[in-house]
Amino acid sequence: MPLLEIQNLTVEFPTISGLFRAVDGVSLTCDTGEILSIVGESGSGKSVSMLALMGLLPSNARITADRMAFDGKDLLSLSARQRRTVIGKDMAMIFQEPMSSLNPCFTVGYQLGETLRLHMGLNRAERRTRSIELLKFVGIPAPEDRLGNYPHQMSGGMSQRVMIAMALACNPKLLIADEPTTALDVTIQAQILELLVRLQRENGMALVLITHDMGVVAETAERVQVQYAGQKVEEQPVSGLFRDPHHPYTAALLASLPERAVIGERLPSIPGVVPGQHDRPEGCLFSPRCTFATDLCRREVHEQGPDFGRALCNYPLRIGIPMGHPTLSVALAGEDA
Amino acid sequence: MAVSETKTAAPPSGLAEFWFYFSRNRGAVLGLVIFLVILCLAIAAPVVAPHSPTEQNRAVLLLPPAFAAGGQLTYLLGTDPVGRDILSRLIYGARFSLFIGLVVVSLSVVSGVLVGLIAGYFRGRIDTAIMRVMDIVLAFPSLLLALVLVAVLGPGLLNAMIAISLVNLPHFVRLTRASVMTERTKDYVIGSQVAGAGTMRLMFLTILPNCLAPLIVQATLAFSAAILDAAALGFLGMGAQPPTPEWGTMLAEAREFIQRAWWVVTFPGLAILITVLAINLMGDGLRDALDPKLKRS
Amino acid sequence: MREAALGNSGMNGETSDKALGAPVLEGRDLARYYAISRGPFKPTATVRALNGVSFSLHSGRTLAVVGESGCGKSTLARLVTMIEDPTAGELLIDGKPARVGDRSLRSLVQIVFQNPYGSLNPRQKVGTILDEPLRINTKDDAATRRAKVEEMMQKVGLRPEHYDRYPHMFSGGQRQRIAIARALMLRPKVLVLDEPVSALDLSIQAQVLNLLMDLQKEMGLAYLFISHGLSVVRHIADDIMVMYLGRPVETGTSEAVFSDPQHPYTAALLSATPVANPQGRRQRIALQGELPSPLKPPSGCPFNPRCWRATDQCREIMPALAGDAAQQFACYHPLGEKAPSPPSA
Repeated sequence: MPLLEIQNLTVEFPTISGLFRAVDGVSLTCDTGEILSIVGESGSGKSVSMLALMGLLPSNARITADRMAFDGKDLLSLSARQRRTVIGKDMAMIFQEPMSSLNPCFTVGYQLGETLRLHMGLNRAERRTRSIELLKFVGIPAPEDRLGNYPHQMSGGMSQRVMIAMALACNPKLLIADEPTTALDVTIQAQILELLVRLQRENGMALVLITHDMGVVAETAERVQVQYAGQKVEEQPVSGLFRDPHHPYTAALLASLPERAVIGERLPSIPGVVPGQHDRPEGCLFSPRCTFATDLCRREVHEQGPDFGRALCNYPLRIGIPMGHPTLSVALAGEDA
Repeated sequence: MAVSETKTAAPPSGLAEFWFYFSRNRGAVLGLVIFLVILCLAIAAPVVAPHSPTEQNRAVLLLPPAFAAGGQLTYLLGTDPVGRDILSRLIYGARFSLFIGLVVVSLSVVSGVLVGLIAGYFRGRIDTAIMRVMDIVLAFPSLLLALVLVAVLGPGLLNAMIAISLVNLPHFVRLTRASVMTERTKDYVIGSQVAGAGTMRLMFLTILPNCLAPLIVQATLAFSAAILDAAALGFLGMGAQPPTPEWGTMLAEAREFIQRAWWVVTFPGLAILITVLAINLMGDGLRDALDPKLKRS
Repeated sequence: MREAALGNSGMNGETSDKALGAPVLEGRDLARYYAISRGPFKPTATVRALNGVSFSLHSGRTLAVVGESGCGKSTLARLVTMIEDPTAGELLIDGKPARVGDRSLRSLVQIVFQNPYGSLNPRQKVGTILDEPLRINTKDDAATRRAKVEEMMQKVGLRPEHYDRYPHMFSGGQRQRIAIARALMLRPKVLVLDEPVSALDLSIQAQVLNLLMDLQKEMGLAYLFISHGLSVVRHIADDIMVMYLGRPVETGTSEAVFSDPQHPYTAALLSATPVANPQGRRQRIALQGELPSPLKPPSGCPFNPRCWRATDQCREIMPALAGDAAQQFACYHPLGEKAPSPPSA
């Protein structure tokens, strides 16, 4: 049984003009010792689904799921209080903006100690030893001195290390990292990613890495889940995803990366924009931007089997060829032969 | 291959969005309704009021309201010590109160925004000088300062309004300065600057429109404060002079009859209370609708 | 197909090199210091945000300025767009020395910002935003201006009905198109692009980069492309200037710098940039520590506290930029063969 299992999660927010569906039937599993990456653009619902799991969404959000289980416990049946004992202890999360995730009014040592006191019930001396140990663990030089620092005295990279230390304070089984390096500089990003992967390996944690950066995915993840406009469109091991993407969206996204294009040439770009609340199409949500879309796609869309990475597409790609496509499949296959 | 982006569906318009957030606050809607009623009464005073506000009927001095024992239907809310209809005086008084509010707010907003804009845009010594003066003004108890100013200028409605505007000024200066300082460094201002926009254009056309939301809220609240201050000055005999049917002045005139004729003081007092409350409720609603910091996503 | 395209771009490079002529933008030893007050009883400190930056940019070319936060790239943008004057050095626009307040050169350099949500006035309609530069700088009548605005809107891929809409009705990509259109209204010769795609979604980045490349070809624009994303820079830039703590540490043609970085910092930056190829997972150059405070820059080479090749020489004397026309670097211990002979002591 996987450590984390979510089936058919849907999150909706009431707005002026009706319900906005931020997450639409997303399923997800993550095993102990695995790095799962959720990749998608803004509005793909990647953060919202994790916030829903953590119970961190505002109270007006409507969350429904067929199943939401963590470590054998059914989260849907837990009360808010019971849920809180799991969250923060066995399941921890770090966010994009390390500077605003730390409370500017308290020292780093106090904030770390608070986590330890709440979840582990350690006394003062134990808290201090453990805090120093944790800061050393995440690679902060001179941790004894750092305990007395306020967040504004630290750089972004240092703050993110402290956030990671806080998340690790209770030896969680699952760490969710929501764009942990987006706000950081390139060389610091490399350090933090390295740190996360090392910690994941040493502690045997499961790591869910939410990101929009294909490079970060390629360098850290083992399994990747691609989301688009609130839906999961594809799921594959990382090597397969980059070698042979099955969903046209994934394929187009990879093709539009500057590093995959010929230098100085035009980039193969995806026309249009991600659909918003007011222009959600019928059928496949990607159909207005898809080169392979047919009338069937504009009406309905089927999920493929595990062979095609559970791609949410009527004509999943195999080496770039849309399988079962009424016109293109035959033509391209003929050309290939 | 030129890439053209597909259609953008129009999200709800600005006004619809404003009304959505405003109407979510029930108190604000109630305040708006009451305010509109008072406004209509004030405008249509000659038509609505049953009597002239200054006409004295010697036959009915200190007549109780119609619903109390001994009251007459022609004088719904009773009469005052010299036989004037209280209801009519209240309706006409609304004209004065709203007029005071309007003039005071216009005066303090215009001058306050101007001074605040200069302080926030230029910073440096001008800013320091302006802000220290404002600090000094703020250090006085506001009513006392208004009283002193009126004492210097001489009692009267116009001078009272000028005094209240001056007392209100620092709030607008500080608010404007703070918003201008945050907007000043934003990219769109620098973009305009790079495009060659001069100081005046940057100040008034680029920055100012983006600072208006909190100012509108503050102006609403200052409106009610002005009415209150004017009533207080009137009550102390420094504001509108009798026989002007200003609410505060009415209270002052009736002071000695509090024991014998409760209606003479109660109704002007209630009028002030209801108007100020309605405007404050409305201001809260405006804040909800206009202040992005409090806006729920 | 790939080879043909490569050959093509190579040819382009040669021809443009010959036909360069006078640079449209030139920086000579630019420096910008800021005085920082540290409290009432301490002397003010000086931050050298920019120090000894020289470059030249020709029409139709793209110079990328690369570096992490605090490297001085934003300060450089403020100097080039004439928002601030340099503390020392000289900035030449179209061959003439530029100073703040010089209105004749003002319209030649325009800027596009990183965040399209902050760079458009939320209270102005798109038409007004695009009209403003013309209204300020030209004597055109309303009809002429409107025609110019609509022509530019079409050029950047906006539709005429967008004229009367407010910025908040647009997505990030479309807003960036509006921002680009605004910058181009005055027909500038140089466009400063301050991380123009890093706030955009991946699928939109390619659209905007394509647009920028098309516009450059069509209008012969020179781009000063400020970025921390190396993959984008590699795609679009002709020349590169890598900066660290306000100083250029390596400059040269994009080809030379990317294929054979000489300065250890350039190499570390390249190695730290994630590559979208899971097969290519490799050993990174792990840089120790963080950026030093610009208030207390290290003596000698600014990179020496984080450098794995640093020697006493690096800690004492600042190395100067040296090298050939294609690539210059400020390092005593460069990585490749192009090492200048170490100066005798």
